[in-house]
Amino acid sequence: MSGEAVTTQTVIARHTRPVEASSTWRRTDRLGLAICWLLGLLFCAIAASIVIFMMVQGIRYLSPSLLVTRPTAGFSQSQTGGFLDPLIGTVVVALLGVAIALPIGVTIAVWLTEYGRPFALARAAESTIEMLAGIPDIVLALFGLLIFSSPILGFLSRTSGHVVFGRSFFAAGAMLSLVALPLIVGSTREGLQAIPAHIREASLAVGKTRFATIRRVLLPTARPSVITGTMLGLGRIIGDTAIIVVLLGATLTLNQAGGTPVISLLKGTGSTLTSFIYENAPTGEANQPNKAYAAAFVLLLVVLALNLCVDVVGRRGRVVSWSS
Amino acid sequence: MEFMSPPPVRWLDPDREAPPAAAPGQHEPERTPEQAPVTQNGSAPATSFVSAPRRRVQASHFALDRMQIEDVSISYTENTAVRGANVKGKAAVRSVSLPVRQGEVLALIGPSGCGKTTLLRSLNRLTEMTRGASLEGRITLDGVDITTIEPTLLRRRVTMVFQQPNPFPMSVFDNIAYVLREMGSRRPRKRALEGPVLDALERAGLLEEVRADLDHPALRLSGGQQQRLCIARALAVQPEVLLLDEPCSALDPQSTQVIEDLIVRLREEVAVVIVTHNLQQAYRIADNVGFMYLGELVEYGTVGSVFGSPRQQRTRDYVSGAFG
Ligand SMILES: Nc1ncnc2c1ncn2[C@@H]1O[C@H](COP(=O)(O)OP(=O)(O)OP(=O)(O)O)[C@@H](O)[C@H]1O
Ligand SMILES: [Mg+2]
Repeated sequence: MSGEAVTTQTVIARHTRPVEASSTWRRTDRLGLAICWLLGLLFCAIAASIVIFMMVQGIRYLSPSLLVTRPTAGFSQSQTGGFLDPLIGTVVVALLGVAIALPIGVTIAVWLTEYGRPFALARAAESTIEMLAGIPDIVLALFGLLIFSSPILGFLSRTSGHVVFGRSFFAAGAMLSLVALPLIVGSTREGLQAIPAHIREASLAVGKTRFATIRRVLLPTARPSVITGTMLGLGRIIGDTAIIVVLLGATLTLNQAGGTPVISLLKGTGSTLTSFIYENAPTGEANQPNKAYAAAFVLLLVVLALNLCVDVVGRRGRVVSWSS
Repeated sequence: MEFMSPPPVRWLDPDREAPPAAAPGQHEPERTPEQAPVTQNGSAPATSFVSAPRRRVQASHFALDRMQIEDVSISYTENTAVRGANVKGKAAVRSVSLPVRQGEVLALIGPSGCGKTTLLRSLNRLTEMTRGASLEGRITLDGVDITTIEPTLLRRRVTMVFQQPNPFPMSVFDNIAYVLREMGSRRPRKRALEGPVLDALERAGLLEEVRADLDHPALRLSGGQQQRLCIARALAVQPEVLLLDEPCSALDPQSTQVIEDLIVRLREEVAVVIVTHNLQQAYRIADNVGFMYLGELVEYGTVGSVFGSPRQQRTRDYVSGAFG
């Protein structure tokens, strides 16, 4: 009886998924297929080994206490404390960067897809954003230092006399938002473009304004895309090192500028997980590799979690569809 | 103009009619003697008409001119690669003149690409949303040139339903509440909108089916229900003219019939213009029919005259396919 069931299943399987047997292929085609498999497996192996290596190292060195103790300067692994401050720094920088990039990115995407006028300006904005995505972040960092050291923007970082320090959470967050911006714009645009034209017209045709249409129909419909773009941008921000090292001051602990509580923090300097890893890597100044491995593991987990979110949102988002 | 006094032709000789195509038990309007066939020039109706399905609709009691389309031409200009050099595009609608009356259903028929949709969209200035579309001539609503009416106000008075059912990706309730909400004011309470929303659903004949799940996503409704929701949405703002662009083309016969009944019921409250490819549908529900061909209005008249004794050869060729 069970044998019967198995054969039925096999028959069904054969019927539903007719796979061409590669044994009938020409030799070059088979060679190509083999290379594809080989490269695919190699790629998976590399990715897996990174994750496994970081996990093994991370689990070995990571202890919960590291997450809640502040780092201190010291010479041995036992003296240097944990990475609470870099963790907070990462969260602050990520929130700040997204808080700046999200509204601007969504606005740009809406303007490009829904208005796109004047034509020349829209094209220019489009290529600017593409270019922005291609600028190395260390260049952005240097540029940011130049800008935020100018006296006009002195209120965004610490100053002593006439000298503007130019390094602060504000500065880093602002430049990091530029890293996330192209991703948010791109993803939001895609989401908006995927909405059929008759949905827009349906809203206009009952007397709604364009603004109401965008606000109440189009953006809610494109929300999964906006979230996806934001998550991807967040991943980039969290993983960025150059801008952090140059623009956040790379002080080990949070170094508040004084004054109003939150502003004081944002005007101050600090570190993030990436700069912490950079400093503590065997090549870094602090050279505490165990701490670096533990922090890298945490960073990896955060980024993997973000990617998972993107996946989930992407899959859920596809539910919205109109019969055509 | 001759269409101002439509010929008295309305009903065909009952003897010449085929048995009713509609399901038995469908309430048929009583035929009155004065609705007996009167044909122009005393000629017999086209022979192809013999097997026509019985009209379900009785002549309306009154008719009120709401809109006048006066010598309207619409052309689409292609934006060529050379900047500024706009070639004069082809005319999609050529000097069409038509009245739109409340109390009567106007059906626009004609082969694909003859400009029906274009003409319909011009009635609530949706053509303006299309790049390159230009309109000549005059369209009035209650004697007022529609170009002098603010577009969103006009589109609240002249609403439109599209070929594809396109509810917004929100709940059934919100689909209609969205249309009712003014953008300027703060969102009215749900309680305050409940009356009008239920009323609109009732008028569209959907209330009984969705009363229990007003909070369900509108995209979960069946195609026919979705389309009626779109009609409810278009009725919610209490329009004076309702434009329907092939509203039944994506629906099954059952849903089609529900919507046809609805249209006939609505004709006393709003002026209805329907574009349809289904000649039998035009015959079933329309009072007046406009036949368009290559952008021109070839023939306009009562349903009896256009289908029964078309004056133009092109009309005769086209409608003869209807019941053959
Ligand atoms: N957005 C547009 N840009 C350029 N040309 C257009 C546009 N929309 C329609 N046209 C042209 O205008 C003409 C009339 O189109 P329209 O959509 O009004 O036809 P229709 O009668 O509604 O056809 P169908 O019955 O297939 O819906 C067509 O030749 C079409 O190519
Ligand atoms: Mg059309």
